[in-house]
Amino acid sequence: MLATTIIYGFAGICLFVLGLRGVLLHTTALARILALNVCGAGVFLLFVVLAYRGAGMTPDPVPHALVLTGIVVAVSATALALALARRLREIDHD
Amino acid sequence: MSELLWVLFDLVLAGLTVGLAWVAVATRELRRGVLLFVGLGLLLAVIWARLRAPDLALAEAAIGAGIAGALLIAALRDEIGVSAEPEDGYTASRRLVDLGAIGLLLALSWGLLDAFLLSDGVRLAEGVAERLGESGVINPVTAVLLNFRAYDTLLELAVVFAAVLGVLSVGPARPALEAGSLVLTGLVRWLVPILVVVAGYLLWVGAHAPGGAFQAGAMLAAVAVLLRLGGVAHAGLPGTAATRWLLVLGIGVFVIVGLSVMFADRAFLQYPGDIAGVLILVIEIAATLSIATALALAYLGGRPVGWEADCDSPQHRVNRGAADRGGDA
Amino acid sequence: MPDVLALVSIALAIVFYAAGSIGLLRLPDLLSRLHALTKADNLGLGLLATGVALLAGDLVIGIKVLLVWVLVLAASASSSHLIARYSMQAGNRGHGE
Repeated sequence: MLATTIIYGFAGICLFVLGLRGVLLHTTALARILALNVCGAGVFLLFVVLAYRGAGMTPDPVPHALVLTGIVVAVSATALALALARRLREIDHD
Repeated sequence: MSELLWVLFDLVLAGLTVGLAWVAVATRELRRGVLLFVGLGLLLAVIWARLRAPDLALAEAAIGAGIAGALLIAALRDEIGVSAEPEDGYTASRRLVDLGAIGLLLALSWGLLDAFLLSDGVRLAEGVAERLGESGVINPVTAVLLNFRAYDTLLELAVVFAAVLGVLSVGPARPALEAGSLVLTGLVRWLVPILVVVAGYLLWVGAHAPGGAFQAGAMLAAVAVLLRLGGVAHAGLPGTAATRWLLVLGIGVFVIVGLSVMFADRAFLQYPGDIAGVLILVIEIAATLSIATALALAYLGGRPVGWEADCDSPQHRVNRGAADRGGDA
Repeated sequence: MPDVLALVSIALAIVFYAAGSIGLLRLPDLLSRLHALTKADNLGLGLLATGVALLAGDLVIGIKVLLVWVLVLAASASSSHLIARYSMQAGNRGHGE
């Protein structure tokens, strides 16, 4: 159980840091939005790892509900960011 | 032995996920990055299943990989010819970012180990398990989402609504794709009714098994994406006025239910135990429709054809028809 | 007995998945890669679904798993067709591209 939480917890941290690095280094909006999503996925992974309590146990449903909310909010924020990026490109082209 | 096998499985799965994320973020080709991101979403869905979070596995596959992937792929078409290449000449600041990233990685890892090895935190899970019987549903995640922390979910619907208002106000929708090959339109025709049934099923089982409003809403939004790919310009959305009502239905029903329980001397959103199940189902049906509409509009990427015409004239049907013909020509 | 059948079926599925993955990595052009993928993965998933349904030992679950397989078959066949068609239109005529 401890091995599982440490492995996936570390993976979550890696996703977060990789995403953050991508957000800072990329210059195009789409690549940044993608990196931000990877960053968010890392946070979700950490939450779910914190909820996990071993193979035979029921996990904590509260972080699960938070992550479910988070996934939907992340996709709406992505949609808004993409729409803004598209508008910015249009303005640049005019 | 089986314990060791699981550790091996965890290592492979976590390693694959991190590797895929690395390539998806670091690649210089946007298209490659987006496709790998969809793959990453599917791997995450497997991880959620492994960590005993089937509700999240469903949501991740449908929303995180499916809808977000569709959004990013649609956005790719706007960016043809653009590469995601980080500009050279900033090598000094790149080094700085890399150093910072490594520092952050170490600090967070230390924090993680500290959290797992030293402290035995207080959990809300016991509270949820204790009072699950009063929630009106059996699936604890649905109980948390729509009863114990219903306030959060209401505000979340408001966030989704606000994001879609933003998308709608930024500009018109992308031009529709022309109808593709016969195979695709045939598949769409065949899949759409099945997906609608699956959405209804997910909504219904959410009370006692993995599923619920978000997964069902994403499934309906997938119908819209499929229809749009099959050449249906309005993506299955009804007329403009009806679309607007669908968009606010979720929040509206949620607030009305939340307020009406106050007449029975209860707090806002504190459902009476005996009818909680019914109230949750009513809210979930409304939320499903709103989420589906919101995600479908997000996929269109802006105001659908005929949206402005409605603002000025009460004869929206007539105008919408005219605008549709104009748009298709 | 069903358990043994299930294990055999899942083991065969793994063989097909491995063959499909190797084909995807090793074959020279797009069309033959697609061929390897669809043939191997469809049959692989079919065997996997059979194995899982046998392990579950429940008719309703079995039907659901079967439905998953049929949906994946339809989706994978159609998307392969679309990819191949797109590649033909883009000027790829098969071997040696």
